[in-house]
Amino acid sequence: MAKKQAVSFKLNGKEVDVLVEPRELLIHTLREKLQHTGPHIGCETSHCGACTVDLNGMSVKSCTVLTVQCQGAQLLTIEGLAQGGVLHALQEAFHLDHALQCGYCTPGMITRAYRLLKENPNPSEEEIRYWMAGNLCRCTGYQNIVKAVRSAAMKLSAQAAA
Amino acid sequence: MADVSDREQKLEGVGSSRKRKEDARFICGQGSYVDDIKLPGMLFGGIVRSPYAHARIKSIDKSKALEVPGVVAVLTADDLKPVNLHWMPTLGGDVQAVLADKKVCFQLQDVAFVLANDRYAAADGVDAVEVEYEELPAIVDPKKALAPDAPVIREDIADKDNVGHGPRTHPNHIFTWEAGDKAGTDAVFANAPVTVREEILNPRVHPCPLETCGCVASFDKVRGQLTVYMTSQAPHLVRTVVAMLSGIPESKIRIVGGDIGGGFGNKVPVYPGYVAAIVASIVTGVPVKWIESRIDNISTTGFARDYHGVGELAADNQGRIKALRFSAIADHGAFNAHVSATKFPAGLFSICTGSYDIPKAYCRVDAVFTNKAPGGVAYRCSLRVTEAVYLIERMIDVLAQKLNIDKAEIRRRNFVRSEQFPYTTAFGWTLDSGNYHAALDKVLKAVDYAGLRREQAEKRAKGELMGIGISTFTEIVGAGPTKVCDILGIGLFDSCDIRVNPTGSAIARLGTMSQGQGHATTYAQIIATELGLPSEEIQIEEGDTDKAPYGAGTWGSRSTPVGGAAAARAARKIKDKAKKIAAHLLEVGEADLEWDVDRFRLKGNPTEAKTMKEIAMAAHTSNLPEGMEQGLDGTEYYDPPNMTFPFGAYVCVVDVDKFTGETKVRRFYALDDCGTRINPMIIEGQIHGGLTEAFAVAMGQAVPFDENGNHLGNSLMDYFLPTAVETPKWETDFTVTPSPHHPIGAKGVAESPHVGGIPCFSNAVIDAFAHLGVTHMDMPHTSFRVWQRCKAHGLNKR
Repeated sequence: MAKKQAVSFKLNGKEVDVLVEPRELLIHTLREKLQHTGPHIGCETSHCGACTVDLNGMSVKSCTVLTVQCQGAQLLTIEGLAQGGVLHALQEAFHLDHALQCGYCTPGMITRAYRLLKENPNPSEEEIRYWMAGNLCRCTGYQNIVKAVRSAAMKLSAQAAA
Repeated sequence: MADVSDREQKLEGVGSSRKRKEDARFICGQGSYVDDIKLPGMLFGGIVRSPYAHARIKSIDKSKALEVPGVVAVLTADDLKPVNLHWMPTLGGDVQAVLADKKVCFQLQDVAFVLANDRYAAADGVDAVEVEYEELPAIVDPKKALAPDAPVIREDIADKDNVGHGPRTHPNHIFTWEAGDKAGTDAVFANAPVTVREEILNPRVHPCPLETCGCVASFDKVRGQLTVYMTSQAPHLVRTVVAMLSGIPESKIRIVGGDIGGGFGNKVPVYPGYVAAIVASIVTGVPVKWIESRIDNISTTGFARDYHGVGELAADNQGRIKALRFSAIADHGAFNAHVSATKFPAGLFSICTGSYDIPKAYCRVDAVFTNKAPGGVAYRCSLRVTEAVYLIERMIDVLAQKLNIDKAEIRRRNFVRSEQFPYTTAFGWTLDSGNYHAALDKVLKAVDYAGLRREQAEKRAKGELMGIGISTFTEIVGAGPTKVCDILGIGLFDSCDIRVNPTGSAIARLGTMSQGQGHATTYAQIIATELGLPSEEIQIEEGDTDKAPYGAGTWGSRSTPVGGAAAARAARKIKDKAKKIAAHLLEVGEADLEWDVDRFRLKGNPTEAKTMKEIAMAAHTSNLPEGMEQGLDGTEYYDPPNMTFPFGAYVCVVDVDKFTGETKVRRFYALDDCGTRINPMIIEGQIHGGLTEAFAVAMGQAVPFDENGNHLGNSLMDYFLPTAVETPKWETDFTVTPSPHHPIGAKGVAESPHVGGIPCFSNAVIDAFAHLGVTHMDMPHTSFRVWQRCKAHGLNKR
């Protein structure tokens, strides 16, 4: 076991300090040391996207990021999306459009869609399918997920225009 | 009338697309899945697994592992022997090693259980355990398992001539199961004007829910109580198994399901990891968590299918089927852990006459041991029903091609007609209801079937490949009548216990277990309509065996047919009492009252009424009929009189690139009839999901092995789970033919799209080559395989 290292980063806007082995994966730090169990583990090989978080403005799969790589980083997880008790448009749209069933992929899916809409506020259906291809869902067949991302995009642009 | 419809809408009962109650926690990352559970002092278990598919264990050296910082203990079969837990019974009537006892019989079999302070130390410990093996020849091909000189896989039962399902003919033979009239069927075949024969393969696949299996076992030594949080689709059955295994009284065992990240059949059985974690907690007195990796999940728990069959049909020259014959070798892996009702070792395979009026039928399945993982779960289907439906829906296409009859027309000629219901099949199932012609006609019209066939003919003339697949399936779900259906002797009834509070809200607890199906939403709708109380105020609880009444759980689309029926009937018991209270309060006779959405009203004077909310309060006062007890509760243990038989008509259109073999699903139109529709939004979601899993199975999934039994694809790098890009867009439709024996006429729907979808994709791909005389292509229809077919016909030349 290597010597533990102190790492500090901002998690959903709050400063956190953790002591981790250099080999510790971000998903384990989030889930087991920081009680953020929203991001899930589905494959541990970067394929399923259940562990997706937002790291310095990029979607990353936290099962293949070392926590020590996150020194000074800005991290956003599903737990940080609602603001002041108000759900993010994506969270609301996933509910209204029935874009989830077992819920296991949902935190990663919504976190990925959050970054998608930051980068492309008005995506077509094909673009949504392509940009969300790193996140697997076994329940919904994606159709309602695509629909939810579209409706959230429209709601957010209407809000921005107002 | 406006008042009535307003009141109905407020209930959000049966037929309402009400939004899901479950969503609030999931969209905020507040679900409570098993790996989210953290108990004080909890240890983490890691499993040492065999690199060989078949080998003797010569020695296990734990010493180096025990020196690893953080490792607490290493358990092997020898450590489990004193408590007699090194072997466990399976759901198939066999036994299975919890930790390998002297030999391993499949690759990645559980050999030792390492207990450590966290998952990193556990992984280090697993790497440090030294096991010496002596490799043995492995059997991978089930067709070679019964060869006279085949290696004996199961020495532990080599001397047993019966392992629960009749005589065995070879040490690697498990059972032979037959159904139907062999002599009568053979006689029809001998004299039939037309016969067809085709090999029908359902390859080994895995349900692969996004959450793997796992548990947290916590044994309280002082109180003698065992609590297990686990990914189980059937927590009550698991509790019974754990009681049988451990000797702990069942009343001191609590199984908690929590939130489950998809099941699809994978989370029905009891796996060695669960048992090892339970033993470890009993031994150490602290909680123990075990969570599978993805590779462990695909490699060792709950595979499905692996049916290697030959189908035959006998017919007249007009394509009317006179008999069906089928035989299969079923690869059960190294232990017979197949999930099946005791009396049905090959599950409900005998539903294989499908939607058709077939006078004679016979089928036979020989189950064998091989050096592969055990499991044999029903992957989003009832037991062996996908295999059965795949057989008949493929064979009827083969017959159509032989006789040059259109594939829709041949189905019409053979359908059980609506006036024939209830219809008893050649295998003895009584199909309760159906309207097959109407369903198919609606779909053909919607897709302009005639236009599609014209387009196909034009494309063929130009050398292009286009396929049209049809599937008109009948499902069998809702296990099941306890007279014929049991597991480990326990009948497959289910249960609901409803308690109405004084202010008119209610809590209902059921023996089923949601894994994403939306039970908290839909059960409340059934109860809302029955009781006239808003579904919003009806709380649903499942999965905690200390709270819910006993039931067989959620698998095989049994929740609505069995649990939903229990909910309706428990509510009706409450309603009966409520009527008595209403009559007392209104000082009239019960016969003078009629039900009106949410109240009992006086016939002829509707303003004289008592709402269910008023009655709920009255039920908790002294103002009750003479001799009546307080309270407004109802419990039902529901034993269904029959299975339910949902059906559907699907059409799939594919375009095949003859140069690359790439198959594009241009259109998929799915009409489902699941009887009474409880929540159309949820039904549609289930159909999208089931079709996507069908697409995965038909077009890409397989668990391959080399000749030594090594896995050749057990991570998500290799195992095909479609992304949003590959997944086709789905069009859905419905007809409603209520089940005559279900209290609200519902039939179940979740697995229909999987069961009916798989043959539809295969039929479409093969139809693209039908004009070349092709009747056989095995799943999965990957681009490479389809390209090989193009190449074989010289189609890929520029």
